[in-house]
Amino acid sequence: MKYAFSFLAVIALVLIAWLGSQIPGMPYLFGVALPYLALMIFLGGFVYRVVHWAKTPVPFSIQTTCGQGKSLDFIKHSKLEAPNTTAEVVARMFLEIVCFRSLFRNTKSEIHDGPHITYESSKWLWVFSLIFHYSFLVVVIRHLRLFLDPVPACIGWIEYLDGLFQVGAPTWYMTDIGLLAGVALLFGRRLITRHVRFISLVNDYFPLVLIFTIALTGILMRYFLRTDIDIVNVKQLTVGLATFSPVIGAEIGSIFYIHIFLVCILLAYFPFSKLMHSGGVFMSPTRNMKNNTRAVRHINPWNPRILPHSYAGYEDDFREYMVEAGLPVEKELPPKKDEE
Amino acid sequence: MSVPKLEQLSKSVVQGPTLATGAIPTMDWMDIPVVFKPGNYAYPAKKEKVEYLDSLSGLSFPNAREWSPEDDDWKLPEDWKDIIIKGLSDRLDKFRSLKIFMDCCVRCGACADKCHFFLGTGDPKNMPVLRAELLRSVYRNEFTLAGKILGKMAGAREMTVSVLKEWFMYSYQCTECRRCSVFCPYGIDTAEITMMLRELLHLVGVGINWILEPVSNSNRTGNHMGLQPHTFKDNVEFLVDDVEGLTGIRPNVSFNRKGAEILFVTPSADVFAEPGLYTAMGYMILFDAIGLDYTWSTYASEGGNFGLFTNNETMKKLNAKMYAEAERLGVKYIIGGECGHMWRVVHQYMDSMNGPADFLEVPVSPITGTVFENTASTKMVHISEFTADLIKHGKLKFDKSRNSHVKATWHDSCNTARAMGLIEEPRYILDHVVDWVEMPENTIREQTFCCGSGTGLNTDEIMELRMRAGLPRANAVKYVHDKHLVNMLACVCAIDRATLTSLMNYWNPGVEVCGLTELVANALVREGENRPELPEGLRTMLF
Repeated sequence: MKYAFSFLAVIALVLIAWLGSQIPGMPYLFGVALPYLALMIFLGGFVYRVVHWAKTPVPFSIQTTCGQGKSLDFIKHSKLEAPNTTAEVVARMFLEIVCFRSLFRNTKSEIHDGPHITYESSKWLWVFSLIFHYSFLVVVIRHLRLFLDPVPACIGWIEYLDGLFQVGAPTWYMTDIGLLAGVALLFGRRLITRHVRFISLVNDYFPLVLIFTIALTGILMRYFLRTDIDIVNVKQLTVGLATFSPVIGAEIGSIFYIHIFLVCILLAYFPFSKLMHSGGVFMSPTRNMKNNTRAVRHINPWNPRILPHSYAGYEDDFREYMVEAGLPVEKELPPKKDEE
Repeated sequence: MSVPKLEQLSKSVVQGPTLATGAIPTMDWMDIPVVFKPGNYAYPAKKEKVEYLDSLSGLSFPNAREWSPEDDDWKLPEDWKDIIIKGLSDRLDKFRSLKIFMDCCVRCGACADKCHFFLGTGDPKNMPVLRAELLRSVYRNEFTLAGKILGKMAGAREMTVSVLKEWFMYSYQCTECRRCSVFCPYGIDTAEITMMLRELLHLVGVGINWILEPVSNSNRTGNHMGLQPHTFKDNVEFLVDDVEGLTGIRPNVSFNRKGAEILFVTPSADVFAEPGLYTAMGYMILFDAIGLDYTWSTYASEGGNFGLFTNNETMKKLNAKMYAEAERLGVKYIIGGECGHMWRVVHQYMDSMNGPADFLEVPVSPITGTVFENTASTKMVHISEFTADLIKHGKLKFDKSRNSHVKATWHDSCNTARAMGLIEEPRYILDHVVDWVEMPENTIREQTFCCGSGTGLNTDEIMELRMRAGLPRANAVKYVHDKHLVNMLACVCAIDRATLTSLMNYWNPGVEVCGLTELVANALVREGENRPELPEGLRTMLF
């Protein structure tokens, strides 16, 4: 039901953009006003969220060590798994963010008769995630062509590599396929893997459906509906957006407005959703802290003043027993009164 | 509580209609209420214990009362909901970890089958992700725009009494072992979530006795067991007698001695119950053999800190005794015995909470001259670091054949492995003192499985849960027991020594549990000794 709702929501959004953009004057709303608004929400929301996190103190050093910490000279220190210096933390974070290292570790457990539990390496999630994220990244970079004039050479190189196989006309980009496939695989996994399906919320399906539709409309424009849109007008508009002088020339085509409207929705939705993991991954205390806590004191800014039950109080409580047992005491017992 | 027969439970974990075995619940998890019945919850804290803790300076344990989880009415304060929401809000402002872990989860499910409680019970709410969602759903409802507008559609829900009951159930079915955080792509640590849930529950007087009673004992007498100073001394001296009887050499021990070079702190369970006793005997033999100038303390006679399982204020208050005692006695530094969660507190919290310990010196081994630079600020050395260094410098002589009755395997304790990175030192020591093998690779080192009874869950009334949660660990031991005839599960954790013993008795009879230093002392050859043959090491019964 949750995934069905996500489809319905995205279909509704598509209809809004399709019908809306046909109303005279509305292209300015969809092509100019909403993109600016969405971008503002995205940037403002993203920054707000990150600042909101950053302002919250990290009272304790709670790194998760995934290997040998630095201790004695002859014990081999695992620098990436239990980093001791800033450089080592940076290396750990780099692998985490760029290579999804923790996901690479993933295993699948099964319980068999006996009972007998088995664990085997399971890299599917890691593979799907890499396909999805890197395809998306390259697609976004390629889109810079639309906003920059002249187009930087490096974007051309990326496009060249992305279309290296030269299949079809116009040449299919690998990342276009990758993005669609990545989303579809992640979506399929969410439906098919029983425990993932059980925990999935609308918040999990919706962004996948949304991104899939964005990719789909983009692909339709580039490969199949080329005659419906005027690329010159699109470029004029997008460069105009980037230079704060947007102009909408002749009619561009509804498919373009659907595409850009969905992108706006994604941008505006981003800071309020789980998609903020893209910022949070940099700030997770279990990953980005050094495991040098016995060597260097970590300061808790709100450390409350709490004193232990004092030794004096302890001795007062047990002095008699302590003296009798021959334990040293700070204060001797009061002299016994002579019995008469 | 009676525990099901082995055959029954063995079948149940494989065939029971649970998410872990393939059955898919038909209801949304939010619609499945928790049901408390004998055996699935730990007894609530006794009224007088809560009252005592509430009376201590710096701590707050309100709403002391008699209550039972099985009752409909938990006798919560009238404004309990405001207290919880306010408590959550305060903690969101104090812990970045909480905020990030609330916001960043994408529910990828990588953590799901990493949890020993999930593997053993199959209960979907024992998947780390769902344990966090129990709290996250309320967080969304109160603190996020999407949750406020879209409600259940955005995974938000009202804070209700049944949600509170669910929190109680599942925050006490997590041992804060952090295995899930190793696999999470964002390092989301369920231990943080569980700690917050437990802190929140204490705000309205919901806690368990197996934790709060040791906490109050620790505060007053210095240790969990409530051993008063003279009893603690007696217990240690019994062990001294035993060591003399076994090895022919009476180890020198002292208590609360001012001017000693080193304060030694270990979990009180080591001087109180088998098999920890043998580990304590091991410490004495080792320290005596190298002529270490150290003292025990009756005031700081507990390394363990059940405050970690309660709230950060209590953790601080209990932990503060170590430095207070070190300062009073005028020692140079502290050596800590074998304990898991104690070392999480020492390694990750102690200095922040109760430091700087500028009245102590950077630890230097008086035997080898090694400077323990890695403890330069905390000034507390792990016994395994200390021992490994002694071995490296050839200061200890071993006869491995004295451990020939043992075929060991090594259990990495959750906290020392994942919250400290103490992984190779114990292995280095094992290599020198005993014949041992590793368990399968997905169950050791940073992927080690919890004993299933940590964080104050080692209480008998939830024995079935404990045996289920310990299954992944037990199963890995069974593998090496069958394949390599392993008969000893060695570890550096006092809770493990107690709980793994029950676990082995249940799943793998024939496998005993020991501390690392017991094996060290078994194999240790002392100058001028006149030691009789000890076919079972320190466990040999002499008549």
